[in-house]
Amino acid sequence: MSDKNNIFKPAKNIWNKGMNRLGKFSKTDAGESILSSILAIIAGVMFGFLLMLIFVPSDAFGGLWIIISGAFQKGNESFGNFLMYAAPIIVTGLSVGFAFKTGLFNIGATGQFTVGAFAAVFVGVRWTFLPDGMHWMVAVLAAIFAGAVWGLIPGLLKAFFNVHEVVSTIMLNYTAMYLVILGVKTYVYNSLYSESASVVSEAVIPKMGLNLIFPDSSINGGFFLAVLAVIVIYIVLKKTTFGYQLKAVGYNKDAAKYAGVNEKISTVYSMTIAGALSGLAGAIVFLTKAGAHISTTYSLMSQGFDGIAVALLGLSHPLGILASGLFFGYIKNSGFYLQSLSFSKEVIGIIVATIIYFSALSMLFRNLVKKIFAKHVEDVKGDDQ
Amino acid sequence: MEYVIEMLNITKDFPGIRANDNVTLQVKKGEIHALLGENGAGKSTLMSILFGLYQPNDGMIKVRGEEVQIRNPNDANDLHIGMVHQHFKLVHNFTVAENIVLGKEDVKNGFLKMDKAIERIKNLSEQYNFNIDPNAIISDITVGMQQRVEILKMLYRDAEIMIFDEPTAVLTPQEIEELMKIMKAMAKEGKSIILITHKLKEIKAVADRCSVLRKGKYIGTVNVNETTVEQMAEMMVGRKVLFNVVKGEIELGDSVLKVEDLNMHNKDGKQVLKDVSFEVKAGEILCVAGIEGNGQTHLVEAITGLNPHYTGKIYIHNKEITHENIRQRTLSGMGHIPEDRHKHGLVLDYTLAENMILQSYFDKEFQNYGFLKFDAISEHTNDLIQRFDIRSGRGEKTVARSMSGGNQQKAIVAREFDRNPDLMIAVQPTRGLDVGAIEYIHKQLVGLRDQNKAILLISLELDEVMSVSDRIVVMYEGELVANVYPENVTENELGLYMSGSKRGEV
Ligand SMILES: Nc1ncnc2c1ncn2[C@@H]1O[C@H](COP(=O)(O)OP(=O)(O)O)[C@@H](O)[C@H]1O
Ligand SMILES: [Mg+2]
Repeated sequence: MSDKNNIFKPAKNIWNKGMNRLGKFSKTDAGESILSSILAIIAGVMFGFLLMLIFVPSDAFGGLWIIISGAFQKGNESFGNFLMYAAPIIVTGLSVGFAFKTGLFNIGATGQFTVGAFAAVFVGVRWTFLPDGMHWMVAVLAAIFAGAVWGLIPGLLKAFFNVHEVVSTIMLNYTAMYLVILGVKTYVYNSLYSESASVVSEAVIPKMGLNLIFPDSSINGGFFLAVLAVIVIYIVLKKTTFGYQLKAVGYNKDAAKYAGVNEKISTVYSMTIAGALSGLAGAIVFLTKAGAHISTTYSLMSQGFDGIAVALLGLSHPLGILASGLFFGYIKNSGFYLQSLSFSKEVIGIIVATIIYFSALSMLFRNLVKKIFAKHVEDVKGDDQ
Repeated sequence: MEYVIEMLNITKDFPGIRANDNVTLQVKKGEIHALLGENGAGKSTLMSILFGLYQPNDGMIKVRGEEVQIRNPNDANDLHIGMVHQHFKLVHNFTVAENIVLGKEDVKNGFLKMDKAIERIKNLSEQYNFNIDPNAIISDITVGMQQRVEILKMLYRDAEIMIFDEPTAVLTPQEIEELMKIMKAMAKEGKSIILITHKLKEIKAVADRCSVLRKGKYIGTVNVNETTVEQMAEMMVGRKVLFNVVKGEIELGDSVLKVEDLNMHNKDGKQVLKDVSFEVKAGEILCVAGIEGNGQTHLVEAITGLNPHYTGKIYIHNKEITHENIRQRTLSGMGHIPEDRHKHGLVLDYTLAENMILQSYFDKEFQNYGFLKFDAISEHTNDLIQRFDIRSGRGEKTVARSMSGGNQQKAIVAREFDRNPDLMIAVQPTRGLDVGAIEYIHKQLVGLRDQNKAILLISLELDEVMSVSDRIVVMYEGELVANVYPENVTENELGLYMSGSKRGEV
């Protein structure tokens, strides 16, 4: 008996210590957020598994394994592709999250992404007069600029005409879609495939050494641009007076006003920056060799909506968004490999979307519960004024 | 069976703090029992336990001599215990009667039957002189009336033991007086009332006995008519408290704030400021007295620039600032302790440190090329925490939302005083604070004046008006109707000016 105890004791000790740490971790602010996000992800994956059980029960366990191990299915190729998928989602997530931190709902990431994509493709196809080394940079800047303009408009509308940004950004999503289709057909059309023409190779974002690590993947430097964007936004929000002002307006407009912050200008800045980020995401997706082309079918691009889910799961924190964007990229990439089993393309789409959105949603519920609870506590506590 | 309520050796822990430490409270039938203590002393926690919102970690509750478990407010209801929270829990677009019956509705065939309820509410209202219309919509009636609805709610549920959590904090002096009458009438009917407050005058006026808490501990229970206000204050704070503001003579200096012919209309086109002119000089505390809602808020909004839609002229140090924005006014030497600390005074989701730089984050002291200097900010905050005795769970890293109201106010006061403004606009700076903190803030105001600064104090409390100010102007319906000196005026006279029954020279 005592022997057995001795064997298990170290393991038990480690377990206890671990749980203790986790318990303490969960009490800190960051710990609570991270743990709840991870729980949400587990819930999402489990729900996806449930769907697979319903669609193709015999392949469900295999499917679950592929989803979990997706990025490691094919060595460097799958891992590189996972990062490639993640890059634009991280940036649109950043766009939505940044706006949210500053008190705005940017439902318009899709539209900003779309105009950014068009600007990038337009420059990438037509401006061949640019010097080689600069071409892709100008294309990226053009995308950022176009996205910024598409964010500026609802920003101005909100600040000076009191038009709610949810309404204006939704409308601008459609405006962007129609305008861009018109633009593609007029300027950069490949009528054979009814889509935009391929950008010239100088306009493709260079690999920046990633081809050395992931020689078989089509990943390019867009991933670095995404990480750079995360770092910049992190610094702006955390370390600068500018971010301090924007967040103050987001948390409490009246107090910001009291402190002499011009909340109108602040709103305009926030939306413009959010738009610029989504525009950048457009460039990251379409300035690739892999043959991404803007389609001329009348449907909104999904990347912007992914951004909402990413921001939600990442709790609008730049680092959280980096992590949740990576998760989304991971799942999307895994979805690609699900084709090796007997899941149809549509079912895979449903499973991937379910995992992603269910995670984000369960996060929302957690937040909701916490908020309700916090409010309750406050009601009781608030009495001591 | 001498006591209706006995809370014996109650202990309640929150993460990191013991809110109640072996507290005992015994309430007799038909008495008004005051529960006195500074902010954070644990009064609300104790009452929340009695009302079933929290479970104690230790201790026993007896109601009418029998030990009971109060697991939730429904249990409390069944024991005929009712509570009026400081923040009323009313549905704003419902009528008075609908709010009162909510949760105890009469239903017949799926339809609400209100006749009987309305009848009963009318009777109760008459019995206690409530003067309330059961069919009025909540959002149309005053805060004082809303409180009566809360009281009616308890009466309607046959509450025998009534808990009032700082009921007077939101009321005007007149409303307070009426509330006291109502409480006395209810006590006469045999109801037992527990009154949470930190206003000693009110305890003197209505309570029979008073129990004191300090930092979660039970200090003692006294008979109110055998105890002086000073003694109770000392029990509460743990040291002697000065009630009179000590103030020396001081020579008035140059004009710091001058206001000429201010006029303002609100959104509905009603005139809220009418030809307001006055001046505050260096070394002067000018108090704007008046009943709430007579234009004081608008006056402050105009002077601080929060609302630029006015006509007239404003000068600081004889330089016109009429058209300057809020930031420019702040920089020209204006400090502002706002009326609503949650709306304007703090960003509740920011930490204490972040709130401490709200008016100065752009200053060279706290930023370098647009990057915040966190070391300087944290040093600054810790210095203020020390000097102004701001208490919070996690020091500078505490999120403002989680601080107690008193300490939130102290934080704002600290921030504004530390900027050493030439003109301090203090709007009800001591609202809801306990005597210790009030004494402290008054001292700060006088100290600032002694450094030859100008202070514009907006206050509803006559005590404060009389003791702190050097000169008093009274505001009534957007107009200044009197300009008097505290040595030549009585509280009564001031009351007449404030209610519009008398006008003087301005
Ligand atoms: N729900 C809660 N969670 C954590 N701490 C609390 C909670 N409610 C009250 N406290 C803390 O307990 C102490 C007593 O608070 P409270 O009973 O509200 O005091 P009072 O009503 O006398 O001002 C304070 O330090 C307060 O911060
Ligand atoms: Mg309280």
